Amino acid sequence: MQVSVTGAGVVGLCVAAELAGRGAQVEVVDRVATPGPHACSWWAGGMLAPWCEKESAEEPVLRLGREAMDWWQQYTPVIRAGTLVLTLDRDSRKLDQFARRTSAYDIVDSETIQTLEPDLAGRFDRGLYFAQEAHLSPRDALNALTSRLADRGVTICGKASRTDGVSIDCRGLAASDALKDLRGVKGEMLLIRCADVTLNRPVRLLHPRIPLYIVPRGNGVYMLGATMIESSDRDRITARSLLEMLSAAYALHPAFAEAEIIEIGVDARPAFPDNLPRIRRDGDVIRVNGLYRHGFLLSPALARMAADLLLEGIKPEVMDEDYS
Amino acid sequence: MARFYGQDLGSALMLGTALYPSPAIMADAFRASGAGVATVSLRRENGASRAGQDFWSLVSNMGVPVLPNTAGCHTVKEAVTTAQMAREVFDTPWVKLEVIGHTDTLQPDVFGLVEAAKILCAEGFKVFPYTTEDLIVAERLLGAGCEVLMPWGAPIGSGLGLTNIQGLRTMRAQFPDVPMVIDAGIGLPSHAAQAMEMGFDAVLLNTAVARAGDPVAMARAFGKAVEAGRAAYLADPMEPSDMASPSTPLIGKAFLE
Repeated sequence: MQVSVTGAGVVGLCVAAELAGRGAQVEVVDRVATPGPHACSWWAGGMLAPWCEKESAEEPVLRLGREAMDWWQQYTPVIRAGTLVLTLDRDSRKLDQFARRTSAYDIVDSETIQTLEPDLAGRFDRGLYFAQEAHLSPRDALNALTSRLADRGVTICGKASRTDGVSIDCRGLAASDALKDLRGVKGEMLLIRCADVTLNRPVRLLHPRIPLYIVPRGNGVYMLGATMIESSDRDRITARSLLEMLSAAYALHPAFAEAEIIEIGVDARPAFPDNLPRIRRDGDVIRVNGLYRHGFLLSPALARMAADLLLEGIKPEVMDEDYS
Repeated sequence: MARFYGQDLGSALMLGTALYPSPAIMADAFRASGAGVATVSLRRENGASRAGQDFWSLVSNMGVPVLPNTAGCHTVKEAVTTAQMAREVFDTPWVKLEVIGHTDTLQPDVFGLVEAAKILCAEGFKVFPYTTEDLIVAERLLGAGCEVLMPWGAPIGSGLGLTNIQGLRTMRAQFPDVPMVIDAGIGLPSHAAQAMEMGFDAVLLNTAVARAGDPVAMARAFGKAVEAGRAAYLADPMEPSDMASPSTPLIGKAFLE
């Protein structure tokens, strides 16, 4: 089968890799030939944290997200070090509420926190440890998929060479011309370098409005994220967002005050009204979209389902109304 | 029925649109609660570029009157600019006016509030001012042209319920003909019912529904509580008494136990 995948963000690359791995003839179409800041997945946190996400996400995110770790392991290092959830609030009832709405965690005391993250010793009395969760480096992962595809002779080209065959639209928010119920949810993030703090795993901080997290990228580099704003704006960070993220890092460990700010990232995540992904058939085109803040978490499951649909004729559970 | 600036609302519940797990859950929560008004905050960063249009359309399409607010504004100038933007985006003269004094307590800056209310009322806005239970501030707001008052129940997002019941009773009694909404601090349906039993015309809340484990079920509960509280107020509740008061006469009983 000949398949043309449009969009070389995390969804498009995962779909292409899955299809190519299962024997389809694939080409990937994007205006830029290598992964980069034009795709919103470039700015992702790379947390594979379905149990934590369940706090505010619906059931499919947990169930489908559990596939992600093993899938990614085929292409890129997956660091299976869990997630630590902490609250900066003196009032630990927020932590209890987070615990009530999630599962698969251990309640940890200051001693265990010190064992997990020696640099946080003495700073927190209580936390939640989600041992089964993992994280990866999104940019390494995107590059790994690109080079694995290249090994199979699949390169990213500027325009489709074939007009026959099947076409899969994985353009993210750019597909809102065809998907009228798609909207942008703005996210802002920072990359900082701080040699004085070592963290071994993503740390989430409970915050009244946004899920704040710090993901170690190695070599003293940390990703700080991420805001969630109902906006399709993709290029401006506000002082408020910057302050909120930096103060969270500073509250986690004062040494972050000396961190060097390496990058500021802004983009808009594509989302449907229920913030769940969809596979939608639209004539000869199959559109895979709406992965919201779960690009790396849900792309493997969506890629599997898209391949099942094309190669085996299995209707995906996330397939909605047929616009054809 | 709740009536503000000449418009009747389908319900005395005013529900916010922030912090829901998804817009779909938000829309379900509105349906389940039967809320009469949707409040929506306009981030100024989005107002100018209209980058928030997709979400605003989702809110507008719920079929509930929209009350834009100036949430998070700390100065008169910010609040006025945000209100002007909101009027343009939502095509309504209604605005919930918030001028925040402190970033941590989120207490209204009542001086800035009165000043902003004057400016906006003069520009033809129908202002819903978020204020404290202070009677003099209330008088000034009415003097500025507001025809609605929105005293707080408790600090924004605290969920504490009505923390100064006597103050709110006094305010209700002082301005019997002014439509009044309890805004902020409502955590439970019982808090909302209590406000309605006291004769307030509506309650406005957001976090209590949006951050519940099941926002749709909580929204339904709030809808019922507001209705029950209003019905109880209209039914003229009994006066409480310090002493037990037997509901059947004792005289004439053969034996007193």
